[in-house]
Amino acid sequence: MDLNIILQILLSGLLMGLIFALIAVGLTLIWGVMDILNFAHGEFLMLAMFLSFWMFSLWQIDPLWSLPLTVIALMAVGWLTYRLIIKKVLHAPGLTALLATFGLSILIKNLAQFFWTPDFRHIQGAILSDKTLEIFSLNFNLAEIVAALGSALITYLIYYLIFKTKTGRAIRATSLDRDTARLMGIDIERIFSLTFMLGGGCVGVAGALLINFYYVFPNVGSLFGILAFVTVALGGFGNITGAFLAGIIIGMVETAGGVFVAPVFKYTVVFVMYLIVIMIRPKGLFGW
Amino acid sequence: MVKMESSTLSFFKNPTIIIFLIILFLLPHFTQNIHFHHVLIMFLLYATLSQAWNFIGGFTGLVSFGHATFFGIGAYAALVLLKKFGLTPWVGMLIGGGLAALLAFLIGYPVLRLKGHYFAISTFAIAEIMERLFLNWKYVEGAIGLPAPVLEENFLNFMWYKNKLPYFYIVFIFFLVVLLLAYKINRSRLGYYFRAIKQSIDAAEGLGIDTAKCKMVAFILSAFLTSLCGSFYAQYILYIDPPSVLSLDISIKIVLVTVLGGAGTVIGPILGSAILIPLSEYSRILLGGTGKGIDLIVFGALILLISVWQPQGLVGLFRQGRK
Repeated sequence: MDLNIILQILLSGLLMGLIFALIAVGLTLIWGVMDILNFAHGEFLMLAMFLSFWMFSLWQIDPLWSLPLTVIALMAVGWLTYRLIIKKVLHAPGLTALLATFGLSILIKNLAQFFWTPDFRHIQGAILSDKTLEIFSLNFNLAEIVAALGSALITYLIYYLIFKTKTGRAIRATSLDRDTARLMGIDIERIFSLTFMLGGGCVGVAGALLINFYYVFPNVGSLFGILAFVTVALGGFGNITGAFLAGIIIGMVETAGGVFVAPVFKYTVVFVMYLIVIMIRPKGLFGW
Repeated sequence: MVKMESSTLSFFKNPTIIIFLIILFLLPHFTQNIHFHHVLIMFLLYATLSQAWNFIGGFTGLVSFGHATFFGIGAYAALVLLKKFGLTPWVGMLIGGGLAALLAFLIGYPVLRLKGHYFAISTFAIAEIMERLFLNWKYVEGAIGLPAPVLEENFLNFMWYKNKLPYFYIVFIFFLVVLLLAYKINRSRLGYYFRAIKQSIDAAEGLGIDTAKCKMVAFILSAFLTSLCGSFYAQYILYIDPPSVLSLDISIKIVLVTVLGGAGTVIGPILGSAILIPLSEYSRILLGGTGKGIDLIVFGALILLISVWQPQGLVGLFRQGRK
C-alpha cells in the first residue's frame, strides 16, 4: 500500500475526528455535570447547520461571519432547553430525562422537515467552498481544514474554561457533588444553565463549520448524534479529554473503514471497534 | 422504590384489571372499523414488547437500545423459513425465538458486565451492526425487503387477509401470557433479585445473589419474547425490510412506551402503549397522508409534554389517584 494513501487516510480521518470531538465534548460535558444524556444534541447540530445555511442563502452572510450569531442562537437553544424542560425532569427517575430529550429530538427533527422539507442542501460560493489545498502531494478540502482547526481551538477553550478558570472549578465541583457544591455557595442553577449553553455552543460552532462542506437535511443530526454518543462512551462518560481523543480515533477508524472495508460499512467498523474496546476497557478508553 | 412496586402486586385480584381485560377482549367485536382493529393489535403488540423489554430495562435497570435486533430476528426467521422452506410460521417463530435467545446469550456474556450507559450504547451498536448486515445480505433480499408468499389463509399459514380478528386473538393471548409471566416474576424471588440488581449491584452481590446469572436470565427471556413479537409482526404486515423491523426507531419506540408508562412496573407497559400507540397510529392515519411528518411533530410534542408534566411516568398518575 502506498504510504501517501495511508497518510491521506489518517489525516482526513483526523480532520473529521476533530469535528466529532467538539460535538462529543458538548455532550459529555452535560452528562458529566448533570448525569443527563441529551438525545436532542444531534438535532441542535442540525439547527446550527440550517441556521448558517439560511443566513447564507437568504442574506448572503458567509457561514464564517455568521458563526458568532449561530453560536449565540444555539446557546440560547441550550438555555431554553434547560429552563423549560431539563429543570422539570432533573429530580425525576433517570429515564425521564431520556424520554424528554427523545421527545424534543423527534419534535425538532420533524418540525425541520415540515418547514424545510427533507431535501439535501448545501452551500455554493461561500469563502471556503470547493477549495482544495495541496500539502506534500496530499489533497485536502480547505473547508474541512478550517473546520477541524476551529473545532480543535474551541475544544481547547472549553478545556481551558473547565480546568483553568474559577467558573470551571465551580462546574467541576458541581459535577463531583451537587449538594456539597451548593453548600460552598455555588449557584447550581447557574452552573446547569451554563453547562447547557456550553453544550449548545459546541454544536453551534461545529454546525457553522460543517455547513461549508457538508450537506444539511433534517435527519443529519441523527448520524452525528449517534457518533457523538459512541464517542462519549468510547472516551468514558463525562471525560472531556477522553471525548477529544475518542473523537479523533473514531474519525480515523471511520475513514479507514470506508477505504479498506467498504463505504457502506464504515460506521459498522466504528461500532465494531467500539464493542472491542469496551470489552477490554468497560468504562471507556479513558474512564476510571 | 421497592414500596412503589409493591403497589402493583394485587394485580389480578383487582376487579378493575379483570374488567379491563374482558372489555379489551370484547372491544373489536363492537365495530367493523379496520383502523380500530389495527390500532388495537398494535397496542397489544407494543404492550407485549414493552413488557418483554421491561425484564431487562425496567426491572433489572439495564436500558437496552438494541431490542430491534431480537424483533428483527423473529420477523426474518418466520418469513424466511416460510418463503424458502415452506415451514409454518409457528415453527419459524420458535426457531426465531431460539436464535434470539442464543444471540442474547452470546452478546450478553460480554455486554452484561457493562454498567449503565456503556451497556446502552453497546446494545445500540450491536443493533446498528445487525441492521447494516441485513441491509447488505443478498439471501434475505437486503434493502429491497421480503414480502410474504401469498398462501391460503389459515391458522397453519398464519395468514388472514379479509379479517384482522384472528391476529387480534393471537396477539391478545401473547399479551395475556407475557402479562401473567411479568406478574409472576415480579412477585417471585427472581423479581426481587432483579430489583436488587437495579438498586445496587454491589449490595446484591454482597447478599449472595448471582447477579451475572440473573441479568443473563432477564436478557434471554426478554430477547426470546421480543423475537416472538417480531414473528407475529412479520406475519401480520406480510412484508418486512430492515428499516421496518431492525431499525433504531423500533428499539426506541419500545423504550419510549415503557418509560412513558413507568419502567419497572407491570402496569406501566400497558399504560404507555395505551397512550402512545393509538396516538402514533391515529395521527399517522389522520395526518400522515400529508407526507410532512405532522404526525411525528404531534408525537414528539406529546412525549415531551407528558415527561415534563408527569416525570414519574403515567404510573405516577395512577398512584396519585389511588391516594
